[in-house]
Amino acid sequence: MSLELKGISKSFGSLVANESIDLKVDTGEILAILGENGAGKSTLMNIVYGLLQSDSGEIYVDGKVVKINSPADALSVGIGMVHQHFMLIPVFTVAENIILGHEDVHRGRLTLHEAKVKIKKISDDFKFEIDPDAIVEELPVGIQQRVEIIRALIYDAKVLILDEPTAVLTPQETDELLNIMRTLKSKGTSIIFITHKLREVKAVADRISVIRRGKVVGTTSPTATQEELASMMVGHEVDLTARKSASTTGRKILEVTNLNVFDGLGRKIIKDLSLEIKAGEILAIAGVQGNGQSELARALINLEDHVTGSIKLDSEEIVGKSVHEALQSGIAYVPESRELDGLIGSFSIAENLILDVHSVSPVSKNGQLNINYVNNNADKLIKEFDVRTQSIFDTASSLSGGNKQKVVLARELSRSVKLVIVSQPTRGLDVGSIEFVHERLIAEKDSGRAVLLISSELDEVYGLADRIAVIYKGEILGVTDSSISREKLGLMMAGVK
Amino acid sequence: MKYLSAIQKRQLRGIQVMSLLLVLFSFVFYFNSTKVEDITFGFVIDQEWQLINEWVVASKSGSGLFLLLALIGVALAYLQFRNGKQIVTGGFIFGFGIILAFLCWTASGKFVPFTGILQGAIMFSVPLIFGSLSGLLCEKSGVINIAIEGQLLFAACVSAMIASISQNVFIGLVFAPIAGMLVSFLLAFFAIKYQVDQVILGFVLNVLVIGLTGYIYSKLLVPYGDVWNLGPTFDRTPIPLLSKLPIIGPILFNQTIIVYLMYLIVFVIQFAMFKTRWGLRTRAIGELPIAADSVGIDVNRLRYKNVLLAGLVAGIGGSYFTLGAVGSFTKEMTAGAGFIALACLIFGKWTPRGAVTAALFFGFTTSLQSNLSIIGVSIPSEFMLMVPYIATIIAVSGVVGRVRAPAADGIPYSRGNR
Repeated sequence: MSLELKGISKSFGSLVANESIDLKVDTGEILAILGENGAGKSTLMNIVYGLLQSDSGEIYVDGKVVKINSPADALSVGIGMVHQHFMLIPVFTVAENIILGHEDVHRGRLTLHEAKVKIKKISDDFKFEIDPDAIVEELPVGIQQRVEIIRALIYDAKVLILDEPTAVLTPQETDELLNIMRTLKSKGTSIIFITHKLREVKAVADRISVIRRGKVVGTTSPTATQEELASMMVGHEVDLTARKSASTTGRKILEVTNLNVFDGLGRKIIKDLSLEIKAGEILAIAGVQGNGQSELARALINLEDHVTGSIKLDSEEIVGKSVHEALQSGIAYVPESRELDGLIGSFSIAENLILDVHSVSPVSKNGQLNINYVNNNADKLIKEFDVRTQSIFDTASSLSGGNKQKVVLARELSRSVKLVIVSQPTRGLDVGSIEFVHERLIAEKDSGRAVLLISSELDEVYGLADRIAVIYKGEILGVTDSSISREKLGLMMAGVK
Repeated sequence: MKYLSAIQKRQLRGIQVMSLLLVLFSFVFYFNSTKVEDITFGFVIDQEWQLINEWVVASKSGSGLFLLLALIGVALAYLQFRNGKQIVTGGFIFGFGIILAFLCWTASGKFVPFTGILQGAIMFSVPLIFGSLSGLLCEKSGVINIAIEGQLLFAACVSAMIASISQNVFIGLVFAPIAGMLVSFLLAFFAIKYQVDQVILGFVLNVLVIGLTGYIYSKLLVPYGDVWNLGPTFDRTPIPLLSKLPIIGPILFNQTIIVYLMYLIVFVIQFAMFKTRWGLRTRAIGELPIAADSVGIDVNRLRYKNVLLAGLVAGIGGSYFTLGAVGSFTKEMTAGAGFIALACLIFGKWTPRGAVTAALFFGFTTSLQSNLSIIGVSIPSEFMLMVPYIATIIAVSGVVGRVRAPAADGIPYSRGNR
């Protein structure tokens, strides 16, 4: 089945998300759609899948115009989608999730039997190894994704949209997914593969369309080099190799011994974790999302409640102190989610820049904020960190992702710190901001600070780290230098020692 | 040291509190008890008061017996805890033992109409069961329903007025669910269409209904009471055979049609929520509405339906206050039953079965309190009034274990807003 989009446009208020987009995918073809975060890829696919309605433009299936007003319409013309955030009910079983919306009912009573048989069959065909009675939230993400693929196949999807499917997968799971895509293709399924990862695109796509600022800027073949693809994506020449300097390490800054972190239900999230970082060194914690990285970062500044073990910053014990004391003793913390934990969206940029020091002199005196100081501080920092904004009084939520991250960095790094903890520092950023963040982290290291980088992007880990610690299910599986091969690192991230 | 989860800690604390109470009550009810008179429990075997069996027991030995039962309850709870299970059953046995030990102690020398207490328990739990099922229907689909009180009260008022002017109790019953749905409609309209904060909205609806019915009461029902507020009530209709069963027969099967409707609704909802298409979809939109939307389920339409259905159920419950009991409406006669129903829903962990159990427990303690004040025990009635609430706090604080609300409960759904 072929799918063609003609002149699709969509705006949200004054923001143009898609502007007369033309795309075509033929039977048994894999079309990759490449673009940066916010380029309009997801909006476009949500239009195709009926979750959003386009302002203008038409969708053709096998040459005929179709109207897609809801996901049900999309399914009925043979379009299936695997979403970036899985559309699965966590507390339901696999079978319940798959029949949802298409239930078999026998005398008013649900019957799951037929669905289970179909799931088993597809699961066997593709070697998915899925138990129809498993509760979805108890399955690993890679398997949850397969549940979504099975759902699309059960409803006879002839065109399958995969929206950033590899973001949550280990390198091995990614390879398996790429193989599944090839198998699907050989059986005649058309695939639209949305991603910003160049390596994957080159591995699997038949054609590549690049979207930038809501427009298709070009279609090319997978023989194009990564640099060519990246510059199409960004709109100017880019250098994909991070400039890493040789490290001259000093004294031990951070020493973590036998750290255990428990969640509210008493489950061990971090297990007997020990690591150390020296001054002038970047240690990367590599791992697939959800293996305890977030909890580790939070535990280091005492944001976790149930912690045992020892965390020493420059030989001073951190465990048992307050968050404020931990930060003041010399830790900069750039959290994983800038929107949720890094900034207060409704506060101005100037206010956000003093959140960590609002109670100490010279920012406040006798319980009153020194507004002049706050404003001068903001003026100085937005220049130094190249924050693009109209005014320091604009709210933080009005900034783009890259500028938000710069504000967080500016606040955290302007304090006198010994250790910099950054968690997924470039997630969702444009290439320009990524370059800025990377350069800044290298500069921090060169100035003698210790840097703990938590990242699930392998390119970033290789580009910046002096040493790499792999975390899997809350344990450090091993610490290596950055000469380890991608394959080996990938295996470790999947839990193989 | 073995690390305990928050739930396990809470369970352990629950068991500790139970043990402590047991020791305390053992002294009060048994070791230090100076009551020597006998206590007489009355059981109605057959219908009405034709045949009464009596069980006479000395106050002290009765207390001791039931304290022993409570001890077994604590032991069972501990065993359940050790095996990593929930401690609900043990908790209930403990509660039952303590309550009866208390009864033996406090009512020494008196006659306790045991069947009457159980009948009262059903009577007090009926509106709670209707109310908590109303809450369940809403909240399982992701809409918080604080307005249960308003639904009950409005239905009670409307059904009484209609029954009074038509002098037909069935016509009154027909209008009760309509009144409940009217309140529901306001809830659904503002919560779903305009995405108003559901807690505030529910609260405002309650205040609105209290004000409105209060106005109707003082301007219409009091001055023209003989026309507007003098309705008939349902008679008890014993179910043949079942009502002849010993003890439970007269309690469960000699009731009004509203109670029989309740049995039916409880069973239908328990079945439908877990075994039908409607139930699956309802639970889905209460957990992750966008997922339901992506497979073609109209989330807000189903939420509308469920909220209206909830009004229907609560409406029937509201009519029990008037048509099922006294026939006439009095100002604020639901007296917070809607809020207790909400507590029952949480206590029952958002399941129909759990909510009904919680409502029965609450009904039992309320009935006990009212019976004890009638037979004239030595404790001030104000203190007795607190007993059901104290029991509820103890139960909710440690015994029911992990409570997990539907994930999308109270969060409005629209496609742009993810």
